[in-house]
Amino acid sequence: MATVELRFSALPEHVRTARLVAAAVARRAGVDEAVLDEVRLAVGEACSRAVGLHQNGGISAPVKVLLIEEEKQFSIEVGDEAPHAAPGGRVPGDGPAEADAETEEDEMGLAVISGLVDDVEVSAGEHGGSIRMRWPTTPPATLLA
Amino acid sequence: MDLSLSTETVGDRTIVRVGGEIDVYTAPKLREQLVELVNDGSFHLVVDMEGVDFLDSTGLGVLVGGLKRVRAHEGSLRLVCNQERILKIFRITGLTKVFPIHTSVEEAVAATD
Repeated sequence: MATVELRFSALPEHVRTARLVAAAVARRAGVDEAVLDEVRLAVGEACSRAVGLHQNGGISAPVKVLLIEEEKQFSIEVGDEAPHAAPGGRVPGDGPAEADAETEEDEMGLAVISGLVDDVEVSAGEHGGSIRMRWPTTPPATLLA
Repeated sequence: MDLSLSTETVGDRTIVRVGGEIDVYTAPKLREQLVELVNDGSFHLVVDMEGVDFLDSTGLGVLVGGLKRVRAHEGSLRLVCNQERILKIFRITGLTKVFPIHTSVEEAVAATD
């Protein structure tokens, strides 16, 4: 089970909440202070993208964020429920012009994520997609140094 | 923290001071401000980002949109930013080549192409 799991309605105003929660859990998990800004930005980008996908697809399901503390690493997985077209296929109802504009925004967000995070996996399928990002953690310093 | 916006005119330049967080929720407010300025005939904009705590790709998109609008009127859009964490986002997206980025409002106002 995730250390912290967050589900929020696909609305832009909740993305900030997801950023704050993710940064707080990452700090506690031992992610370096210098990297927390990147965690905050990357999770914000992933959530903004998911909100956009849900809103454009008329999907009422919430966006899901899993914050997972593991040995020596911290992972964040942002999941959406938007059906992603198979290569060569198209999602029914998408106008070509609209799809282009959406794709551009989508790509800018993904460009920022891949520029920031070394360990990132993007997956997409018929029933939704996810972005999984990982950062190394350092064990908390002991009080008896 | 929400987004704060204020404008000031210096000669033919309009300074837009932005404070707070520019993200998917607040970026439309910045977009409206830039569109309104261009519609009112301000084509030389200086966006002061020293008070910005957070910027994401939605915010970058709004700035690129603003640049496109002022360029249609042979105008300019300059940024003022000294914060490393904000500059980093411009660097990883290659936008440092697109926007003139200055270290102070005075420098941006004095700059010519």
